Amino acid sequence: MAREKFQKVHSSAVPVHIENVDTDQIIPARFLKATTRDGFGENLFRDWRYDGNNQPIADFALNNPIYSGDILVSGKNFGCGSSREHAAWAITDYGFKVVVSSFFADIFKNNALNNGLLPVQVSDAFLAQIFEAIEADSKATFTVDLEAQTFTIDATGASASFEINSYKKECMLNGYDDIDYLLSLKDKIEEFEKKRA
Amino acid sequence: MAGKTLFDKIWDAHVVEQIEDGPSVVYIDQHLIHEVTSPQAFAGLDARGLKVLRTNRTVATPDHNVPTIDQDKPIRDDLSRFQVDKLTENCERHGVTLYGLNHPYQGIVHVVGPQLGITQPGMTIVCGDSHTSTHGAFGSVAFGIGTSEVEMVLATQCLMQSKAKRMRITVDGELGPGVGAKDIILYIIAQITASGGTGYFVEYAGSAFRNLTMEGRMTVCNMSIEMGARGGLIAPDETTFEYIRGREFAPKGADFDAAVAKWRELYTDADAVFDAELHFDAADIEPMITYGTNPGMGVKVTGNVPNLSDIEESGRTSFSKSLEYMGLVPGELLLGKQVDYVFVGSCTNGRIEDLRAVAQFVKGKKKADNITAWIVPGSKQVEKQAQEEGLVAILEEAGFMLRQPGCSACLAMNEDKIPKGKYAVSTSNRNFEGRQGPGARTMLASPITAAAVAVTGKIVDPRDL
Repeated sequence: MAREKFQKVHSSAVPVHIENVDTDQIIPARFLKATTRDGFGENLFRDWRYDGNNQPIADFALNNPIYSGDILVSGKNFGCGSSREHAAWAITDYGFKVVVSSFFADIFKNNALNNGLLPVQVSDAFLAQIFEAIEADSKATFTVDLEAQTFTIDATGASASFEINSYKKECMLNGYDDIDYLLSLKDKIEEFEKKRA
Repeated sequence: MAGKTLFDKIWDAHVVEQIEDGPSVVYIDQHLIHEVTSPQAFAGLDARGLKVLRTNRTVATPDHNVPTIDQDKPIRDDLSRFQVDKLTENCERHGVTLYGLNHPYQGIVHVVGPQLGITQPGMTIVCGDSHTSTHGAFGSVAFGIGTSEVEMVLATQCLMQSKAKRMRITVDGELGPGVGAKDIILYIIAQITASGGTGYFVEYAGSAFRNLTMEGRMTVCNMSIEMGARGGLIAPDETTFEYIRGREFAPKGADFDAAVAKWRELYTDADAVFDAELHFDAADIEPMITYGTNPGMGVKVTGNVPNLSDIEESGRTSFSKSLEYMGLVPGELLLGKQVDYVFVGSCTNGRIEDLRAVAQFVKGKKKADNITAWIVPGSKQVEKQAQEEGLVAILEEAGFMLRQPGCSACLAMNEDKIPKGKYAVSTSNRNFEGRQGPGARTMLASPITAAAVAVTGKIVDPRDL
């Protein structure tokens, strides 16, 4: 089943300037009781976004009206902890298409790519420049070009390239799923099983 | 040509196809599933009109959101009940073996697999849970996956994965008294940080691991993910083979001997090269405890919270935020700090050996008045064994509340939540903000340290008791 193709993103960004953002913060365990993939965006960063009385916490970036956009920017080691794919679902359901950090946890990165969410890993220094650009102008825009593998701060023109293996890039650009590819290997998988038996 | 690491040997033997500048298609020997990360995967299969490809390589049990009291009654929480029922329904429809609630084999999936002999050396094992790394204790390549990947394995018994880099962590020497497997792994994570292992598959080597029981090795491998590693493993040896012998799904008789002969080939060649090598001395390790909100924020239990000046400048904001959440100040001594809850359980420390250690420690003692002490066996089998060995009587006499098997307060998906602002010394694996309930303040420690805290009501060095 094809997904939406990943297009060039040109957007402002939302800064969550915290390191080691774990998947329990992205989507707390008590919200994992759903049996579908929808609706998790409502509880994205739940306990940072709302207080104990379900009132929005004003100084958290997602509640601050000056920030908006398709890009989430966060500190290093983003997505550590639990393997819950619900974290990627919550971020995409909220409306983000790109997450930028200087370091991603492995399982989160896989989960993101499997949901059409692009993890962009940049250096600590470049990440600091991105945060600075947003601080200078909350509406500062950025350009994410997957084809060229570049992330550009539009105001300064500063650009960083990011890594993605060519297989995953192809999948993102064309909206392919891993499972379609695996299903096409049916004979090869059976042959492998016979050989090992 | 240089030799191979144990990880390479197992991985390479499971590659069905290698995609150029892309992932490997890896065959999975054993798939474990539970109620929380599988419903969307089954829905995906249904949407494509597919069935589970290899039901004989798939086992299910509900653990994450099950209540830990009154398991014989219908689950009261509607959403939890629906999710557990959905697992039952999906397993029935697809012909997958399910150890449901009240089945004598039900329990935390990472406790169930090893104790039934499902987990064996040389296997590739996955589960939609990051603590799947636990099974690496048997010399298997085991790692957590997301739900889309659960769907892939259900449909094709394969996954697409980029091969991790190899790291070896060697700990040689003798552990001091009162120091155990949990202290070793908390010490390593404190040394290399919560992201120090990201991108790697870790092999644990050296006498400190060799001398551990299988339960201890599982505790170590379980927390590999807490340093960011994809997984961790320990080469199998006589301890491994003896643990597996005679278990329900282990090979029997001549088949067992043949299996052991093959398992003996599972070791890292002397000339194999790792991408990273770390060495630690067992004598430097003391009982550990965490003070912050990621598992890398740990110190020896007699230690102090670090000062702001000890922290790299870029990390100071996160450090301060963490201490504020924990209600601690930089430089504070942890010993003597009052604690409210003690939780013994989880896939890290909910095995029979953990219950034995706690029971032995608290025998003839009482928990402190200010402590609520929960003990949650990792599985029905652990629960039964604890009863038969008289551990339950000892623990209840000491004032512990014995609950029924499940993940419980480790992630607080069910009712087992630590209240806001309260301190819990927990044998589980994560001290993230809100992990054990909104506002809960978690301090990770070993079962023995947790037992000592339960008895004294405050942070204490278990060696002093």
